[in-house]
Amino acid sequence: MKQYRWLAYPYAVWMIIFIVVPLMLVLFFSVTAKAPDGSIVLTLENFKKFWEPMYINVLIRSVLLAVYSTVICLVLGYPLALILAGRDFKRKNILVMLAVIPMWMNFLLRTYSWMTLLEKNGTINAFFGTLERLAATYLNMELTLPRVNILYTETAVILGMVYNFLPFMILPIYSVVSKLDRSLIEAAQDLGGNNLVVFKRVIFPLSLPGVLSGITMVFMPAVTTFVISRLLGGAQFMLIGNLIERQFLFSNDWGFGSALSIIMLLLILLSMGFMSRYEKENSGGGLW
Amino acid sequence: MRFLRRSYVFLVFLFLYAPIIILIVYSFNASKSRGHWTGFTLQWYRELFKDRQIMNSLYNTIAIALLASLIATIVGTAASIGIFNMKRVKREIMLNINYIPVLNPDIVTGISLMLLFSSIKLPLGFTSLLLAHVTFNIPYVVLSVMPKLKQMNKHLYEAALDLGATPFYAFKKVILPEIMPGVITGFLLALTLSFDDFVISFFTTGNGVSNLSITVESLARRGISPKLNALSTIMFVSVLLLLIIVNIRTSKDENERRPKNEKSYQGNVFVSPSSHDI
Repeated sequence: MKQYRWLAYPYAVWMIIFIVVPLMLVLFFSVTAKAPDGSIVLTLENFKKFWEPMYINVLIRSVLLAVYSTVICLVLGYPLALILAGRDFKRKNILVMLAVIPMWMNFLLRTYSWMTLLEKNGTINAFFGTLERLAATYLNMELTLPRVNILYTETAVILGMVYNFLPFMILPIYSVVSKLDRSLIEAAQDLGGNNLVVFKRVIFPLSLPGVLSGITMVFMPAVTTFVISRLLGGAQFMLIGNLIERQFLFSNDWGFGSALSIIMLLLILLSMGFMSRYEKENSGGGLW
Repeated sequence: MRFLRRSYVFLVFLFLYAPIIILIVYSFNASKSRGHWTGFTLQWYRELFKDRQIMNSLYNTIAIALLASLIATIVGTAASIGIFNMKRVKREIMLNINYIPVLNPDIVTGISLMLLFSSIKLPLGFTSLLLAHVTFNIPYVVLSVMPKLKQMNKHLYEAALDLGATPFYAFKKVILPEIMPGVITGFLLALTLSFDDFVISFFTTGNGVSNLSITVESLARRGISPKLNALSTIMFVSVLLLLIIVNIRTSKDENERRPKNEKSYQGNVFVSPSSHDI
């Protein structure tokens, strides 16, 4: 079949033009600047600019929000994955599919749906209002419920991230736990382990590969998003993604935008390297 | 305990579905405001279909998704066969570069392509959007065809040649049928990714050409619009129908293939490809 090698050449050319060259351009713009006389000079100015507290804070905020939403996804998703993999439900595949379906709806429409819920005159507040009125007419009671006013705050952004990425946490954990060897659990129980011990010593360690790929699959998109923060955080809300977008579409500072992209890329590579160090011996367990 | 577990599952699913259900309900609400139900109407659906901007972007989305995934499937399948037959070092290099768009954050892929298009003075629009979509689709096609090539018995092709088939005939009758499932998976993956993409499209389009995601974003930023509720409802129902059909078909296939007495039937969950569209 050696004569088929040439079939890869069109893609090789495509790769060079559309993958390698564009990344080189990002690198090029990040380390150069236009001198006043129009010539292009090498500089690290763009990276230095990033050390201003204003920009460092954006980075810290992006990482923090991503960490918060990853932790919340883990806390919510882990028990769910365990329950789904357990014996409670007969038609598991339908339930797992139910957990997946929201992911298939357009990502922007999903985020938009939270805008309608959280708005000042949104569904949640209207629901509270209705409850108050019902209490007043039928129970003669002065009921004052708090109003939700979190649209365009950090909380709304975290909520949006958790809502959008929760399935990415549930699925890998579920797929690992549901393939667990039942006899291991039974053996642990036979040897006198109570439920807590069995969980701590058998189920949890064996589910770790799923947890790790879940964390990766939530953290990565959360730290690079700029849509969720734009819609739920409001126009002034800055995550590193928004900062990059701004450099290209508003301030036209391509050098700084490219430098920020390089920094984001390093951040992703760093966290991936960090995760794979822990994943070494527990290979597999991903979604694919 | 069992009750607790079941209610926990119920609560999480409520969290996942409540926003969607509320969107669906309010798409039939006569009043524009969120909180109050003032009667049933189909007005928003009528307005949705009359909206030129949304209909144009729907057309762009479908055209781009079909074209991009078709081109990506052809180029990607050919590339997989070529890469598979390359020497080790070259193969590794190709596969590693192929991985870059998969691992790269979308925003970086988007701006890198934007820099390319503006450096070669290609005006942003339909063509640049199509090129960008083909670029992020091919890697997924390669990744789904490659495993099929590895599973294939190499001697089948040689046997066909020995029996007098021309290389092209052997390719058509032996290799292609073997890798077809991977090709179809790759095509479908490319289609969904392309259909849903926002970030890369956002940076690589211009001159008034926009796809559905971009239009939704710009409408959503201007505030609540009942037309978007109607659009969400239609999209949700179509996704649901599609998934049900795919699942019924695949589980039928599996049931036919599996011996009847096998009990450990695990169902077939059509899992979303990746976090790519974010």
